[in-house]
Amino acid sequence: MVMSPDDLKYKLFTRRASLIAGGMLVLTSGLIGRMYFLQVVGQDQYKLLADKNRISLRLLTPERGKILDRNGYGLAVNRTDYRVNIIPEEAENVEETLEALNAILPISERQKRRILRAVKRQRAFLPVMVAENLDWETFARVNINIPDLPGIQPDMGITRYYPEKDILAHIVGYVSSVNKSDIGEDPLLELPGFKIGKNGMERILDLRLRGKAGNTRVEVNVMGRVIRELSRNDSVAGDTLNLTIDLAIQKFTANRVRDESAAVVVMDVHTGEILALTSTPAFDPNDFNLGISQKKYDVLLSDARKPLINKTVQGEYPPGSTFKMIVALAALEAGVIDKDEKVFCNSKYKIGNSTKYCWKRRGHGHVSMVQALAGSCDVYFYEIAGRVGIDRIHEMAARFGLGRKFHIDIPGERNGLNPSKGWKMATRGVRWQGGDTANVGIGQGDVLVTPLQLCVMTSRLVNGGKAVVPKILLSKDGEEEVVPEVIPYERRNMEVILKGMEAVINDPIGVAFAQRMRQKNMSFGGKTGSAQVRRITKRERDVRIRKNDEKPWVERDHALFVGFGPLENPRYAISVIVEHGGGGATKAAPIAKDVLEFMFAQESQKSQPDEEKDA
Amino acid sequence: MATRLQGRRRTKSLLQKLSELNLMIIVVVIMIAAVGFALLYSVAGGAVDPWAKKQVIRFVIGMVGMVVIALVDIRVWMFLAYPMYFISLFMLIIVSVMGQTGMGATRWINLGFMNFQPSELMRISLILALARYYHCLAKEETGQYSRLIMPVLLIAAPVVLVLLQPDLGTSLLIIAGGAAVLFCGGVRGWIFVVGFMATLPAAFGAWKFMKPYQQNRVLTFLNPERDPLGAGYHSIQAKIAVGSGGVYGKGFIQGSQSQLNFLPEKHTDFIFTVLAEEFGLMGGLGLLGLYIILLAYALIASLSVRSQFGRLLSLGIAVTFFLYMFINMAMNLGMVPVVGVPLPLVSYGGSAMLTLLVGIGFVLCAALHRDTSISRGGAFA
Repeated sequence: MVMSPDDLKYKLFTRRASLIAGGMLVLTSGLIGRMYFLQVVGQDQYKLLADKNRISLRLLTPERGKILDRNGYGLAVNRTDYRVNIIPEEAENVEETLEALNAILPISERQKRRILRAVKRQRAFLPVMVAENLDWETFARVNINIPDLPGIQPDMGITRYYPEKDILAHIVGYVSSVNKSDIGEDPLLELPGFKIGKNGMERILDLRLRGKAGNTRVEVNVMGRVIRELSRNDSVAGDTLNLTIDLAIQKFTANRVRDESAAVVVMDVHTGEILALTSTPAFDPNDFNLGISQKKYDVLLSDARKPLINKTVQGEYPPGSTFKMIVALAALEAGVIDKDEKVFCNSKYKIGNSTKYCWKRRGHGHVSMVQALAGSCDVYFYEIAGRVGIDRIHEMAARFGLGRKFHIDIPGERNGLNPSKGWKMATRGVRWQGGDTANVGIGQGDVLVTPLQLCVMTSRLVNGGKAVVPKILLSKDGEEEVVPEVIPYERRNMEVILKGMEAVINDPIGVAFAQRMRQKNMSFGGKTGSAQVRRITKRERDVRIRKNDEKPWVERDHALFVGFGPLENPRYAISVIVEHGGGGATKAAPIAKDVLEFMFAQESQKSQPDEEKDA
Repeated sequence: MATRLQGRRRTKSLLQKLSELNLMIIVVVIMIAAVGFALLYSVAGGAVDPWAKKQVIRFVIGMVGMVVIALVDIRVWMFLAYPMYFISLFMLIIVSVMGQTGMGATRWINLGFMNFQPSELMRISLILALARYYHCLAKEETGQYSRLIMPVLLIAAPVVLVLLQPDLGTSLLIIAGGAAVLFCGGVRGWIFVVGFMATLPAAFGAWKFMKPYQQNRVLTFLNPERDPLGAGYHSIQAKIAVGSGGVYGKGFIQGSQSQLNFLPEKHTDFIFTVLAEEFGLMGGLGLLGLYIILLAYALIASLSVRSQFGRLLSLGIAVTFFLYMFINMAMNLGMVPVVGVPLPLVSYGGSAMLTLLVGIGFVLCAALHRDTSISRGGAFA
């Protein structure tokens, strides 16, 4: 067949069309290859990326554990905070809704501007806070009117609250916002608005109180809106802490010393349970919780009475005459003096080249041990301290809990100082002198104690020789009680000491006879102390020793008192320190008396209904 | 009918033609469109609104048009080739003038029931016009350079107008479709080699001509991670969607990327990613298979048609269809920069769907009239 021109044309067409078809085939193979590469080779990688896109892990905040007193009263609780939010997406017109809300809940122009700004800035489905800390009535009214308030969403948040305010500030502490340096393993700390314990028990036991974060895996869309929950792992609330503190006693104590710079510790002498632990002045932990203003904080910092310090465990003071029981017991136990041996006090005591003085300028005359304790005769104790020596005093002080920490669950506990020959050599490189022993004999010089240690000391003196350890967390049911060690001493020796402490309050020769309890069934004993803050100079002694009232506040003596009650079968020990308060008998003893009286009264009130029942 | 003047022996009745319509191709077209309906239903979160329903309606209208076009005598279309070209060109001019007054790009004319893009119509019209032009040339003439002026002008006029819109993707597609007709029409091979070489400086010129967003697209294509939240976002999210679909897919309406809106333009240009995510490699290959059947039919038809007009028409439409498919899929798979090209018969949108159905109509028409010989003089000469 002869090729017509048209046939030639067709032949060319067929050739070239085949070429194009071939090209299509190559390109299509390229597509298939690419699909294989993405969907078979790369599928795991891309599945991961797709999940990363769609799945968002959200933390569920656990409820912080409560802190309760021994009777279940809340000391640190979680308060529901009533809030009202608006969800712009659900409100047809934000301004109209706010206008309608204004009738129930007044909104200032400034608030309104803030809300409208936030509405503009945020994604439309995210709530904008309209008002917070509402009272229940307002909150309820908003709830009732919800149908007329499109977009309004009532919401409840949780904030930490300290209902007793400054009464337990130093024990409970406070929570506050997380610092960068706090951030560690726990992802909770990175949540906006999360708070952790920053002081007191809130800090020391933060991990127990915090609980465990839960989480929820949610599917989100490209805008971040949650579409559905994929899985959920509920959070575990923090532990509730039951304290040994008795809120009533704590409250009474705190209010009793509210105007002083003081520390008071009350303890059960048999169990070591701390019933009250007060340090004044204090602060309101709620201020810190909500974010304290710099101005307010500066005032707290610059206060000479140091409201931020927990004086009960952080304050170290010379014990003064409250130390004399230790010296006396050490002497009796060592047999260097008989309880009836009399020492003559003419207010002066020569030791080496120097002269030590008794607080009583006229002197006590001839005094036995009980009389020396009752009258707090310094000369007597210079004498027996010299006889027994510092190392035996040191040993006795250690047995009664001085110079050490007890690691109760409150931060900042200090050691105090229970000096010895070895200590002085090691720290100052100087040999121990006889004068040093004399000073320690009256609780001055190197010896330093904390109010908590004084209270432990008193408990151990009066409880029959149990080396109780203070504690502030109530033992849980079933928890095995630690049996305290027994302190070795002769019973008759201790009887002398206790007799002396009884005489301080209840014998006319006692320095605090004025503070004795007059009610039936109420009694207490104790020992006063006045710790010099500043050495009395020779010139002052020659001319005239100024009275405390005449000195500037910081130079006045610390007023101390350790006590116990009742006299028969003591149950409570108390230690009181009023910083620069003056005399222990006049300033500190009345506080102890009032606190113990309050406790006795409370006890009889509690037991009376029971008695009626029994009858 | 006037068309029966020639070759009475081969003239068929309307009923005969209807019965001879290739049913398989119509079924394949419906299947492809059905994939589109299903995907549009899925991306709406399992709802016929706002896309699937409208798409079905347009498809039905388009199908009627397609069958009507197929049944009309091919010589009528040859006769109408130049008029249709000029009507399309006129509409492009109108759009371009309106676009200038309207500040920015205007690509469509509002026809009331839908917005129509003249540039889409132009693709078919150009192929018709070029096919007619080469049909009328003798074999010797096809290789003459003087005979190149007319077709180049036919191509250049709409390309310039579309570039002015500016729509780089469409203008390149128009050039490619036209070039395919020229190539098979008989233009000397080396001209295409030179022409292809010339694209390099042309590409440089185009770069200068491009709007910043277009330049961005090219740059981002070359390195999507350079701007993962901005211009590269499309590419990256599309790849994640396709890749995470794996072999069997995540299931209908289960694609997290599409259902949670991580995919942009998922109902139009990026609808293939939805298919790939929800039905996996199998879904993608299935759709590709349907396309291949359709293309193979058009190519085989073009080889078996007696008239050069019918051949060039079928081939030109096959190439156009292929280019739509290839560029769209390649873009979805992150192989080429993001350009505004829909997935044929699947993407939501009226203009492209009508254009493609009209095109397939012409292929069916050519196949139906494969034995109709047309003299070089023209349809009614």
